[in-house]
Amino acid sequence: MSNVTATGIYHRTYASELRLRSTRAEYVRLGLMVVLLLVLPFVLDNYWLSIVNTILIAVIGAVGLNILVGYTGQISLGQGGFMAVGAYSSAILAERMGMPVPVAIVLAVLLTAAIGTFFGLPGLRLKGLYLAIATLASQQIIEFVIRRWGWLTEDRGYITLDRLSIFGWTLPRESFEQSWYWILMLLALLAVLAARNLFRTGLGRSFMAVRDQDIAAEAIGVNLTTAKLTAFAVSSGFVGLAGALTAHYTETVTWEAFTLNVSITYLAMIIVGGLGSIAGAVYGAIFMSLLPVLIRTVADVVGPAAPWLSNQLPAIQNAVFGLVIILFLIIEPRGLNRLWERMKEYVRYWPFRY
Amino acid sequence: MLTRAYQHSLNGSHLPDGEPLLEVDHVSLRFGGVKALTDISFTVTQGHVHAIIGPNGAGKSSMLNCISGIYHPQEGSIRLQTAAADGTRTVSTLTKLPPHRIARLRVARSFQNIELFSHLTVLENLMLGRHIHMKHNVAASMLWFGPARRQEIAHRHLVEEVIDLLQLQAFRNKPVGSLAYGIQKRVELGRALCIQPALLLLDEPMAGMNAEEKEDMARYILDVHELAGVTVVLIEHDMNVVMDISDRVSVLDFGRLIADGTPDEVKADPAVVEAYLGSDTEDAAVKEALATLQEDA
Repeated sequence: MSNVTATGIYHRTYASELRLRSTRAEYVRLGLMVVLLLVLPFVLDNYWLSIVNTILIAVIGAVGLNILVGYTGQISLGQGGFMAVGAYSSAILAERMGMPVPVAIVLAVLLTAAIGTFFGLPGLRLKGLYLAIATLASQQIIEFVIRRWGWLTEDRGYITLDRLSIFGWTLPRESFEQSWYWILMLLALLAVLAARNLFRTGLGRSFMAVRDQDIAAEAIGVNLTTAKLTAFAVSSGFVGLAGALTAHYTETVTWEAFTLNVSITYLAMIIVGGLGSIAGAVYGAIFMSLLPVLIRTVADVVGPAAPWLSNQLPAIQNAVFGLVIILFLIIEPRGLNRLWERMKEYVRYWPFRY
Repeated sequence: MLTRAYQHSLNGSHLPDGEPLLEVDHVSLRFGGVKALTDISFTVTQGHVHAIIGPNGAGKSSMLNCISGIYHPQEGSIRLQTAAADGTRTVSTLTKLPPHRIARLRVARSFQNIELFSHLTVLENLMLGRHIHMKHNVAASMLWFGPARRQEIAHRHLVEEVIDLLQLQAFRNKPVGSLAYGIQKRVELGRALCIQPALLLLDEPMAGMNAEEKEDMARYILDVHELAGVTVVLIEHDMNVVMDISDRVSVLDFGRLIADGTPDEVKADPAVVEAYLGSDTEDAAVKEALATLQEDA
């Protein structure tokens, strides 16, 4: 949503102005993106494709979190917990109750939305840091439940799932990552599109109104209770989808995959990507998922020359993570998305400064 | 009045002019031991510009906050009379309603310190003014094509009329946080107008403006009032503006209503003169104090 419109674009109808893209350059860029997404599974090997697949899941989760934190202004540290709800419920419904996986995922999404709404109730009275602590409580409660409630995992501590099969069609072993790529890419695309649409309608605007000025929002007729709880429900729905997909993709569900660390990583994604922007959530998910991979690759290359480096890898990863977040907060608090917009503006105005 | 350019009526009230629209009935508001308002009663008539004036801390903004539901007075009641298109009357008591329910009764307001959605564009702020007239459905919103898109376009027509009326065309796609103060005040008026208000509450719409901006704002308020027929309740400190544009004036001082009448009546009221200029006795005391000071020096 750049505030600058290129010259020479005259909309004659409101419908044409409401389109997401209006210049040829924007359509070309869309075309390039489509080509890239179509070519990706054929040029990448399984290792890189598995990274792309985790990124696609992270995109869904980050978009969901940004709906709540970036757009509605309700800080949440409960991301990991909500992902766990999606993962466990989908796994149990599919494996133990024998439901078809798509049905299980849809039910898991709805259940996560309901539980997210429940844990959103403190948001009606709390703001800012206080709400962050309340959602931290939700994270701890859910984590405690999935660790201690034996029924969930039949006292084994983990759930294993069969290879994904959709209405009788089982994913072939040899093209496992590729098939998952198509499924995840489609779902991530739909999630991004749905979120993008949400924020060009009145409902999404009312979320942003709650974020910017809650008293004024009430004075123009926005019911704060409904708006905040709807935001929690929609956001948790996305997050639940990400959790359920994690479960079916990794084929195991353990509590270690949904700790507070996950919540923090997702918050880092949307901060680095750009709060309150869908594109930002996507960039952030890509960036934060690639960062550890890049560090590992670099360590492998330099490893033989400097063995102390590979020994300290986890510590270095943490340090770089922290450093990146701090640098973003200082250099461009509005994240990668704003950085990208500024680059586009620079090119558009060149050779002038503004 | 409907013209070819303005196809929507911005006035949300179907009451005939001259009937009581809002009745404030013996309202008292306390914050702990502080009495912000004591036993206030007045009536706002449909079709009037009704000014509420008074010195700083007199309780004007508290009065407005009571009407729009941000404060709930401990005593008394505030009643809004509305008429449906077919003429049936309903009286709603505002005193116990939350602000968003009062907004649904078409009571719109602006704030003393601008409270716009600063990250959103002017257009989005005004579209938010249409919130109570729109249907909000998660699935339809995410789908975009279909009802959600149709609704956005339908409501855009009225919003564009408000943009034309307030001459905000140049700022349509600018984030309001980046606009000049005077423009922001105008956007806030516009957002309230998009509700198609039955009653428009303006809290110091001209505060902090220079003479020219004040004239512009007064003209916009008169346009809204005369062209659209919207009833306006206005808090303002500039006496010239108040006396010029209002039909009726209520004067508050220390949380009490000390005068209520036409501008001319109020101007001549000794209690008002005393509240604004101080009484003779006080004046004498000041002179005495000054005299002693001079003697000491």
